[in-house]
Amino acid sequence: MNVRNSPKKVYLLHAAVIAGLFALNFILPEYHHGVLARVMVLAVFAMGYNILFGYSGLLSLGHAMFFSAGLYGAGLTVSHLGWGMAAGFAAGIVSGALLALVIGVLALRTTGVAFMIVTMMFAQVFYLLTLYFAEWTRGDEGFVLAQQARRIDLGDLHFNLTDPATRYMAALLLFSVVLLATLAIVRSAHGRVLVAIRENEERTRMLGYDTFANKLAAVVVSGVICAAAGAAYALLFGYIGSTFATVQYSILPLLWVLLGGAATTLGPIVGTLFMFYVVDITSGYTSAYLLIVGVALILLVLYFPKGILGTVRERWIRWLP
Amino acid sequence: MSFGPHLLLATLEGLVTSAVLALTALGLSLVFGVMRVVNVAHGEFFMLGAVLAWWIASLATGHPAIGFLLALVVSPLIVGAIALVAERLVLRRLDYNPEATIVATIGMLYIIQQLALTFYGPEARPVEAPFSYRILFPWFGYSGYKLSVIAFSAILLLATWFVLTRTRIGLVMRATQYDRETAQAFGIPVGRVYAGVFAMGAMLAAIAAVLIVPIQQAHYLMGLDPLLLSFIVVIIGGLGSLRGTVVAAVLIGLSDGIISVFFSPTLAKIIATMIVAMVLVFRPQGLFGTAAR
Repeated sequence: MNVRNSPKKVYLLHAAVIAGLFALNFILPEYHHGVLARVMVLAVFAMGYNILFGYSGLLSLGHAMFFSAGLYGAGLTVSHLGWGMAAGFAAGIVSGALLALVIGVLALRTTGVAFMIVTMMFAQVFYLLTLYFAEWTRGDEGFVLAQQARRIDLGDLHFNLTDPATRYMAALLLFSVVLLATLAIVRSAHGRVLVAIRENEERTRMLGYDTFANKLAAVVVSGVICAAAGAAYALLFGYIGSTFATVQYSILPLLWVLLGGAATTLGPIVGTLFMFYVVDITSGYTSAYLLIVGVALILLVLYFPKGILGTVRERWIRWLP
Repeated sequence: MSFGPHLLLATLEGLVTSAVLALTALGLSLVFGVMRVVNVAHGEFFMLGAVLAWWIASLATGHPAIGFLLALVVSPLIVGAIALVAERLVLRRLDYNPEATIVATIGMLYIIQQLALTFYGPEARPVEAPFSYRILFPWFGYSGYKLSVIAFSAILLLATWFVLTRTRIGLVMRATQYDRETAQAFGIPVGRVYAGVFAMGAMLAAIAAVLIVPIQQAHYLMGLDPLLLSFIVVIIGGLGSLRGTVVAAVLIGLSDGIISVFFSPTLAKIIATMIVAMVLVFRPQGLFGTAAR
């Protein structure tokens, strides 16, 4: 999709975005500083979703399970087993990877509408499991990670994840790593095959590519990124609850990606940021924020299916990856 | 109470669930079968039916049966009209593209749910049953209304079957389902058939909801469970197969009723959802359906 070889501009643009977010740490007022940290973590979730939905053309309605696999993988090991931050984060990612592998092998046997329903059903099972094992997960109510547990000690260096600036930088670090990883994947041979599968799976298979293996890899990569977002969310914001496993959290990344522009590397952050502020501003006037989500979804598919950056790419900046 | 009567009670409860579920799932199945649209907002049409039933019944005075019967007629009509508008304004413009319509119906789900919360509120409210006759078994008394729900829904299912297989409307619908382009070439107004089917699917869900309100209270979040259960029924029963849908609804309703009496309802849901996901993975045509063309 129009990824012409202008790598210099592409890398400059991404570096500029990361540098801009870094600079915002020092100038944003407290409230917006906190919002942006949260938005960056949620944008990682959306970027993971984008790998599968945007680039591979697989519409999943169950990505909340990967996010919450990371959330619970990190939260439960830290709170019940007393693991450190790094080990907890790794546990979250590993649980996401394993879950994505199993779900991928099963769900990829289906296509189209059946794929959406199957992923939704598996996510529902995951959600119900978090309720069923309420002894450990505390179900709907959720649990909070103790403040003193959320520290990283590296020799003489001490990082306190409850401190806003540290939290912002941790979120930015994760965001930058995932953004650059997404860019690398998209520009790699594997990324091109994924786009080819999205455009025409039969033809890609005829050309000799193993479409199942490529799609499975996409599901796992997507699951790992979403789990990383979930794990980071648990460690940075300290709250773990089954709300994050509900269908709504499978729909939100879809909305953010659609809004920002599917199959654009920067679309997810644009969409997440935009939607977060739309909800934030309107919630000053009305509590009916779901109404806005609903209207936004319908208007997007009706009039604006390419999203913000998708439209920008189509009209003006053809080299946008 | 010993095991036998306990099982009888569970079976009766399961049959009531099955009856309502069959109607709801039939609506979903029709919409998917004919239009190839996965209507995620189907559960919200169900909820809307229940909420409107409460509103209409609260306006009527006199004997509770008057309010209930009024609701049974008016509420599905309003829901059908809303569905018709949604179909014309949104789904038709998307040209019934499967993925776009899913996203759009998710949007409708949120809109309807939020509007219900805003105008109806977060409370759960009951509608009084039209009659309160109790049938006395040797071991326990059972609500006559619940048994009448089973009977009414059976009649409605038979009527739908009759319309689909024995009338011209049904013929037109089946032709559209079988091959949209050819049907259009033969002069069938496919667009109007689609609109009608979408409204009819929503109305079936609304009727099911009106029937259940005297048993289960109306609440703005009540749509999610019927939606998931209807998906399950439609998948197990095989798409577009009326008989499969009814058999699957009875199967799911009974097992749901019986399992939840003896085990934790959450565990029952986990097992049921898991089984269905596996059916969809390994036998996508459903247990009773035939292979896709």
